[in-house]
Amino acid sequence: MLEGKSGMDRRRFLKIGASACAIPLASGKLTASVYGSPLSSLAALAGNDRVLVVIRLDGGNDGLNMVLPLDQYANLAKARANILIPEAKALKLTTATGLHPAMPGLAKMYADGKLRVIQSVGYPNHNQSHFRSTDIWFSASDYNQVLTTGWLGRYLETIYPGYPDGYPSKDFPDPPAIQIGSALYTLLQGSSVPMGMAVASATSIYSLVPAGFDTAPATPAGHELTFIRQMFTETQKYGESIKKAIAAATNKSTLYPATGNTLSDQLKGVARLIAGGLQTKVYVVSLRGFDTHANQVLAADVTTGSHAALLTKLNDAIVAFQDDLRLLGLENRVMGMTMSEFGRRILSNASLGTDHGTSAPLLVWGAGVSGGLLGTNPVIPATVTVKDNIPMQYDYRSIYSSILKDWMGVAGADLQTVLLKDFPALPIVGSPVLPRSLAGAGAELEQNFPNPFRGATTLRYRVSSGDRVRLRVFDSHGALVRVVADGFHAPGTYARTLEAGSMSPGTYFYQLEMGGKTLQRPMEVMR
Amino acid sequence: MDRRTMLAKTSGSAALAGDPAFARYANAALPKRAAVTAGLEPFAGAWDKRHASHLLRRVLFGFAKADLDKALSLNSANCVDALLDVAEETLPPPVSTDAGDTGVTVGQTWTTVAYDGNFNGTRQRSLQNWWMALILGRKFSAREKLILFWHNHLATELDVVGDPKYAYMHHLLLRKNAVGNFRDLVRQITVDPAMLQYLNGDSNTNTNPNENYGRELQELFTVGKGPETAAGNYTNYTEEDVKAAARVLTGWRDVRDTPTAEFQDKKHDVKDKVFSAAYGNTVITGRAGTDAGTLELDDLIKMIFAQTETAKYFCRKLYRFFVYYAIDATVEANIIAPLADQLMKADYDIKPVLATLFKSAHFHDAANLGCQIKTPMDVVAGTLSLLEAALPDGADPIKQYTLMALMVGEASRMQLEIGNPPNVAGWSAYYQDPVFYEVWINSDTLPRRVQFTDKLASAKGYGYPTGNAITTDVLALANATSKPGTVDTLVSELAAIFYPITLTDVQIKYLKDVMLSGLPEYEWGVEWDDYVAAPADATKIKPVETRLRALFGAMMQLAEFQLC
Repeated sequence: MLEGKSGMDRRRFLKIGASACAIPLASGKLTASVYGSPLSSLAALAGNDRVLVVIRLDGGNDGLNMVLPLDQYANLAKARANILIPEAKALKLTTATGLHPAMPGLAKMYADGKLRVIQSVGYPNHNQSHFRSTDIWFSASDYNQVLTTGWLGRYLETIYPGYPDGYPSKDFPDPPAIQIGSALYTLLQGSSVPMGMAVASATSIYSLVPAGFDTAPATPAGHELTFIRQMFTETQKYGESIKKAIAAATNKSTLYPATGNTLSDQLKGVARLIAGGLQTKVYVVSLRGFDTHANQVLAADVTTGSHAALLTKLNDAIVAFQDDLRLLGLENRVMGMTMSEFGRRILSNASLGTDHGTSAPLLVWGAGVSGGLLGTNPVIPATVTVKDNIPMQYDYRSIYSSILKDWMGVAGADLQTVLLKDFPALPIVGSPVLPRSLAGAGAELEQNFPNPFRGATTLRYRVSSGDRVRLRVFDSHGALVRVVADGFHAPGTYARTLEAGSMSPGTYFYQLEMGGKTLQRPMEVMR
Repeated sequence: MDRRTMLAKTSGSAALAGDPAFARYANAALPKRAAVTAGLEPFAGAWDKRHASHLLRRVLFGFAKADLDKALSLNSANCVDALLDVAEETLPPPVSTDAGDTGVTVGQTWTTVAYDGNFNGTRQRSLQNWWMALILGRKFSAREKLILFWHNHLATELDVVGDPKYAYMHHLLLRKNAVGNFRDLVRQITVDPAMLQYLNGDSNTNTNPNENYGRELQELFTVGKGPETAAGNYTNYTEEDVKAAARVLTGWRDVRDTPTAEFQDKKHDVKDKVFSAAYGNTVITGRAGTDAGTLELDDLIKMIFAQTETAKYFCRKLYRFFVYYAIDATVEANIIAPLADQLMKADYDIKPVLATLFKSAHFHDAANLGCQIKTPMDVVAGTLSLLEAALPDGADPIKQYTLMALMVGEASRMQLEIGNPPNVAGWSAYYQDPVFYEVWINSDTLPRRVQFTDKLASAKGYGYPTGNAITTDVLALANATSKPGTVDTLVSELAAIFYPITLTDVQIKYLKDVMLSGLPEYEWGVEWDDYVAAPADATKIKPVETRLRALFGAMMQLAEFQLC
């Protein structure tokens, strides 16, 4: 069972070094805290079970009519009188900033500290082509840089090195990412293949593309087509694990709209998959129709119209999903964010619509966010021309970077690999995750996988100089539960399987001891 | 070569069901279809994309838009004639690309140097690579598909034949006779060194007859096995006929390293050979002397090819290879019988028979469109043709053969290795009742097919060795449509080339959705125009290129893409 010495290079290890700050064990009892966090929240800090949900708002969302800069209304009224939401209708977040009246649920989440609104997110030299700007957002490139991989694809590749070869495996039985919809966005593109799979719809979530569509024609060709489609369904390599997850859970919220909200349908499926036990890290869903060049509002009542309908869907879907997560006990594991290729022009057009713009607000939501408003209202000039756009306050990659680092637990060097350069961290995540590696060398300890686990999990560690190494498991009171390894270790990478056996459900710690130093990580045994 | 043990492994549904690669939804019985009453009369329908591309799909390994344009510039009959017009070719022989083969220098042919058993493997691979390059030469000609037909019908295996020069000569024989005369080819194959090795003709002597070839000649190559009416009586021939045929052929053997065959009269059985009632009790007079072998072989061939069943059996093989696997009573009466009649009247020249079939109303009947499943070679070579992949030519044989070896390997893992059919019966897709073509698709091969096309559609391309990837020029392919800036036109014109059946509106919408990610269609036109206005600007190229790659990838992932 010892020594998987290959394929481990890109796995993430916690390193023992001079500055390694381990939990001291005093007389067999675990007493102190790590990085100032209370011990009770250690399990939540492990980061291994955290999930990111990305909602793509296709077409370029009119941010100025979603997050309303109430202190700019005098000038806004001149620039977009025909579509501007009346100040009195705004759902106030602060005295100066309000939400579109279609979003009462999100306003409530804001009040509860579960919504982070980030103002004027974009990038320098914002491109106003749908396709190009989408590619930029997906790939996390500069405006003039062409990348063929997606930022989430690159992130997932740090966890699933060499994908797809060797996956699914015992340790990694589930798809790295799932996109609800017809085809995978380049957002998930890895260096060779997409790092995930598309599931056609959430209402019949097992209709995996590209298995089939309409019934095949009643011809010999149709006969073979039916056979091939059946085989496609049969051979989806993650088909079984998805089927199992769906069978294992049901939605609990009653707030999902019954019909007419495709985003809600998608998120409902996502909640079920997470609740069903998938270890999938990233889910991607989308809401279409934000390219509101015309009739984004109805002249008779500007708080209605196609944009209001979209925001209603967004609001209702997130509220229901969040309610479901809470009822399913998953609230602490899931964070969501919106993304849209650009905002829209300050100046409205004569068709009750708006043309392509640049920066726009972005929403991050979930129980784990640091709620509130980030940034200031955009300043609207007294005279707005067709050329005027909203200047960027935050580079979109700062949001990616903060979520990767603080929510997903991606450490410095990996962050560089994923985002290609450094971006300032923003206070988006409320409880930053324990860093996955520390400076220095000697030994490195990886987060166990799977985690949480039933049955068995794998503990991996690397020793860079020969020495005696002890790897032991303790319960949350610090009592020794299991000795996993104890003896001289030559330099190399080691993998040990830990059988849960009689370990009752709960939080445990595994500790690697070498040369008088220790490293440890929490793990969770599931019911 | 013991074919029977090999067949035993795959025949019967119980054995199939236990096979790890068993496709559980494959036919449990032959599908029933309404009788196709269209016969061999010339196709009189509109010669449009649908029918022209049907013909090209069946007789070429994929086709490019230029091929379709050419086909459409002709009519149904002229197009078939053009495809069957296979001129004599002068081909450079396969060369060595393996510095480890000390018998020949890299870049030189091994077909003229001395046999060295140490290098059989590398030379066999060279032959396969050379062959694959010819297939990927993309001529407007049925030759390459017919060579695969013959290779399936008169199967030999490189691994068993051994001497790569034998295999090369054998291949040239099939190649030369691709649209030739069935009887002459069988006559030559019977004493072909590769076949003498493969089916033990070389050890068939008067004192120790070997029945292997005598049996397969009748069971698989010519008259075929009919119902077993009594022990050892297969209607069209009997066990006694197997023995008699074997005795006729005693004394032939291959001459090592020449590579030729010779007749050794001292090893020939000089007694008369008496055949059964199936052959009208024909007696082939036993002869002695150096020309006995040739004279008796001629008699044997004459006897076998006088049988109507030989012509019918062969026409059924053609039908299953080029039209459909299920042969019902209507097809038997309206297609097989008259085609067999024509074949006999033409003295077994196959060209007029192929022409009749390919020009027929039956071939173009709606029921026969798209009813085949692509063979692995249709997937591999066909997709490269469809995507008009830029491939290295013979100027740099190492580069060319390196890629060809990858392509041979891809098709091989999809269960069709050129040069190495599974056994003398050829690939089971053409005889395994009731699954037939469906054997190509299983839980292992289907993902391989999709992985292959996914790679070709990707920005990174199909990596052979790194830095020399085959990348699809999606912009050029889009540009070849009549209105690349119009999504509907773009998708529907590509679909007409990609699929043998018409997509439904739902599928077209799906493909458009994949391409546009939900954006309105006019945005595509705007972005395409931006690219056309600045065709060298990466920030204008990439947005449209990315969308097109998504479109092409999705198009090739549809189950319809596996139909032929």
